Order: sequence, then structure tokens, then C-alpha cells
Amino acid sequence: MAHKSNYVPQSAFEKWLDERLPVVRLMKDQFIDFPTPRNLNYWWTFGGILIFCLIAQMMTGIVLAMHYVANESMAFESIEHIMRNVNWGWLIRYTHAVGASMFFAAAYLHMFRGLYYGSYKAPREILWILGVVILLLMIATSFMGYSLPWGQMSFWAVTVITNLFSSFDSVIPGLGTRIVQWVWGGFSVGNPTLNRLFSLHYLLPFMIAGVVILHIWALHVPGNNNPTGIDVKRSSEAMPFHPYYTIKDGFALAVFAIVFAAFVFYAPNYLGHSDNYIPADPLVTPTHIVPEWYFLPFYAILRAIPSKLFGVIAMFGAIMVLFVVPWLDSSPIRSLRYRPMLKLFFWAFVVTCVALGYLGAMPPDGIYLLSARLGTFYYFAFFLVVLPVVGRIETPTQMPGSITEDIMSKERRRRAALEGGAPAGAPAAPEKR
Amino acid sequence: MANSNSTVDAVDDTGRRDFITVAAGAFAAIGLGPLVWPMLDQMNPDASALALGSVEIDLAPIDVGQAITIMWRGKPIFIRHRAEEEIQAADVTQISALPDRFARNLNLAEDAPAVDRNRAGEGHENWLVIIGICTHLGCIPRGQRVGDTKGEFGGWFCPCHGSHYDTAGRIRRGPAPRNMEVPPYKFLTDTRIKIG
Repeated sequence: MAHKSNYVPQSAFEKWLDERLPVVRLMKDQFIDFPTPRNLNYWWTFGGILIFCLIAQMMTGIVLAMHYVANESMAFESIEHIMRNVNWGWLIRYTHAVGASMFFAAAYLHMFRGLYYGSYKAPREILWILGVVILLLMIATSFMGYSLPWGQMSFWAVTVITNLFSSFDSVIPGLGTRIVQWVWGGFSVGNPTLNRLFSLHYLLPFMIAGVVILHIWALHVPGNNNPTGIDVKRSSEAMPFHPYYTIKDGFALAVFAIVFAAFVFYAPNYLGHSDNYIPADPLVTPTHIVPEWYFLPFYAILRAIPSKLFGVIAMFGAIMVLFVVPWLDSSPIRSLRYRPMLKLFFWAFVVTCVALGYLGAMPPDGIYLLSARLGTFYYFAFFLVVLPVVGRIETPTQMPGSITEDIMSKERRRRAALEGGAPAGAPAAPEKR
Repeated sequence: MANSNSTVDAVDDTGRRDFITVAAGAFAAIGLGPLVWPMLDQMNPDASALALGSVEIDLAPIDVGQAITIMWRGKPIFIRHRAEEEIQAADVTQISALPDRFARNLNLAEDAPAVDRNRAGEGHENWLVIIGICTHLGCIPRGQRVGDTKGEFGGWFCPCHGSHYDTAGRIRRGPAPRNMEVPPYKFLTDTRIKIG
């Protein structure tokens, strides 16, 4: 979109098609020729990895739906049926279950990348917002998917999370209860609830795919950000997407797939909770209800607030605040490479998110509760105080004038180190002899 | 093209055209509403869920100090045969010591105070009938079985987020905002109740 099309139809058929539906032209312009900054590092490979995750989840999910039964008296057994009787059922289900975790891991890294390099700043605000929409859809989808095995954790996670809506009772009496019963389709979590969760769990991934297309569209208008945060100024600073970044993304994907496969084959249940292998029992609540690891930071925030309504508001607020990040950050400089003060706050924020994840799995009392409250405070302070204030008071470090300058100065430093630092007599650059 | 040169008409038309546009839009919106409502209402509790309306329970086999749990509308109902000292403990508690001062008894007015006689029926103080769901996030509190921990106030204790209920099922400490609800029920005879 931002660059001139280089597509020349080769055959009479291609020419005929191009005049009617220029889909080949679109693919060539956007995914083969697309000019991509030449200095992208491996943190930029998670976009491709996430597309792989979405496709993997949809393919395994469609297959699982061929064997799964969405009925409260048969759901649990049908999962065991998949695991024991269905050909390769164990592999497909474990890939789907582990895949959800891998999807979130990649999404979180992708988001931290965006935060670190200022990829949310103009002109990429819509791109960032669409990403947050995808995150919300992912959260809804994975929550619904986790309910389907109808084990103890499934059942009680649904109970606890749907009951969050009952907090509206403290705004308008009766409203919350009406909403919760509407969500349940009854007076408690039951068969109607399971059925609608399954229906929506099948629908939402297609909505994710739709927003992903918009996300890529919004990416291809301004083009990629890059580690310097400096715009591409001449054509030599960019390279065609294929083969340079298809290879780089492909290599990263292979490494990612090794980790993925290690979990699927050697620790398929490590990321899950053993209580979900107990069939759902509406009369017995597990002693500790713990969500999947990727929700733990938000769960910690929910429990850190002593009021039910404000706990719910804080938990959703923790995601909603991401929508306005482009307008909270007051600095015109994108990359944290050149923002020494915000860089410190950023890493403190990363540590806080990980710590909240740990605290979300711990019982909410004593030192854990206190730490979760401090963590919640910093989580919001980072967005609402640090981002607006630091941009106004910090002194950025010296920035290169362009991507080329940045690459050349690195190259000069590398050569100087090789020539000056190598011991006498040792070949400094053996490949040049 | 008979009216191709009658430009005067076209100019005078604008007000009428705006009206037609607005009227058509409003009509579409009015038509859309009744179509959307069934799509939303289908998710509400259906006829089969509503039909599970009432259950009858024989209380005779329950000894003093025992409790049973039965299901009503998919929810656990706690029925506890309270001992004299449990009734005493609930009765002497001041309203001011309660986080939730309303009885939450569906048989009484919404603003009935949470005194013990508004929780267990008058004349049947030894029977406490409540919906056994923690009002925080819907877990099932412990305290029904003999070995269960009953919390600091001798009633029930919710393991999820640590809410303590007293012997009248009223919230005393912890994150739960409300007393456990008393379902609609009545005594058919002295040892038989009907819930719902």
C-alpha cells in the first residue's frame, strides 16, 4: 500500500485475473516485495509466530470438535474418549491445550516488544489498539475453551468469572443477578452454560482472524517500526519481506516449535492444573481456584482490591488502560534504547507483571496480599503516572540520524574491536586470509 | 425524460428527502428491535430451568447439630438443625456488628434487618435454610460436614477467598458483600418444608 506495485502478470491468465481480482498482486506486494526495515531483531518474529499459533489452534480445535460432546453429563468423558480412543487424539488435544499457553506466551512477548520499542506511537496507534482487541478476544476464547473439559477447575473458573458480573448488583440492585442468569441460561452454571461456551469458543477464533487481517492492514500502511524507532528514510534501509524476513521468521518459528513440542511431548500437563482431571461437582469447591498461568497477573489484581466491584473494575482496567497507551506516553522518541529513565521503569514493569503472575497463584493473605497490592499499584502507576511524566523530564541519549547511521556505527565499532582487541598474531578475520 | 429540466422541483425536495431518510431509518430501527430481542432473550433461563421450581424435604431425620445439603434450581441449599447455643450466638449478635445489615430473606421485605428471627423463621428458630453459595464469587462454603472447618463464627467458611459466615449464615468477615440468601420456602408441617 505504501509502495509502488512491482507485480507484472506473467501469463494471459494472470493478466485476465489481475484485471478482475488483483489477489496475486496483493499477495506479491504485501508479503513478498513488502519493504521491511533491514535492522529488525528477533523480537520482531513473534508476529509470524502468532499467526502460526492461531492457525494451529484453529486446525486442532476443528478436529477436536469432531469428537467432543458439549453436554454436562458427557463432556468430561468425551475428553477422556479423545485421549484414549480417538486416533492421535492425545496428540491433537495436548497440542491444542499447550498451544493456548504458547499463544499467550508469544502474545505477551509481542506486546512487551511493542512497549519497549514504542511501536504504539504515531502513526501506529490503530495498529496497537487492534492488537489490544485481539488480546481481549484471546482472553475470552481461552477462558471459554478452558471450561469445555468440564472438570473441577473448568466448572469453578466459570462460576467465579461469571459471578464477577454480579458485582453490578452494588450499582443497580438486581441488575448483576439478571446478567449472570442471562449468561448462565439458568440459576446456576449448568448445561445451557456449557453449550453456549462451546458455541462461542468456536466462533471467536474466526473473529480473531478477522481482526488479525485488520491488524496486518494497519501494519502495512505505515510499515514496520524497528529497534531504533527511526522511520525508514531511503530505500536501501529496507529489504523485501521475502526472502529476508520469511527466512528470519521461519528460523524463529522453528526454535519456537521446539519449545512447543517439548511441552507437548514431555510435559503436556505441566501448564495445566491437575484438579481439572476431576469431573465437575457443583457441590464441592476446590480449595484453591487458580486460573491458567496467563491470567494470573490479572487474577492477582482482582484479589488485591478488597472491594468486589472495584476488584472487577481494576482487573478489566488493567487491560483497558492499554487502549490509551499511545496518548499516555508523552515522549516523541519511540525506542527505549534512547530513553534511559523509562527503560528502568519498563524493566521494573516487566518484573512486576511476572511477580503478579506468581502472586496470583499464592493464597491472598499476609505478605502475598501486600505484595500483590504494591504490584497492582505499580502496574497502574507505570501507565498513568510514569509514561506521561517521564517523557517530560528525562534527557534522551544521543540518537543516530538514520537507520543507516545506526548500522554503520555498529559496524565500525565491531571492526575496531576486532582489530584493536584481538591478541597479536591471532587471525582477526580468518575468513579474509 | 419528462422532468429532466424541472430543476425547481429538485431544489425544493431536500426537506422532504431528509424526512424520508430519517423516517426510513427510524422504521428500520423499530423493526430491528423486535428481531434482536428474541436473539438476546433466548439466553435467559428456559422453561425447563424454570420448571425445576420447587422441592419438598422431610426434616424429621435430621438431628440437632446435623446439616444436609439438597439441590434446588441447580444450587445447593444448606439446611442446618441448629443447637440452642448456635441460636443464642446468632441472636445476641448486634446488627451493628454485621457487614450486611439486611436479612436477604426472599420470604420477607427487601429492607428487613438481618436479625436472627428474620433469617430462620419465627417459631422454627432451630431450622436454618439458606442458599449455600458464597456471595463473593459463588464458591460453596465449608461447614456442612462434621469434620469441616466452620470459620471463626461457627457457621461456614468459604475456602476460595476466606469469607466467614456465622450460625445464621450472615457474612461476618472476608470479601463477600452479602449474607447468604434465604430461599423462598414454607413449612408444610412441623417437619416438612417446601422450597420454591
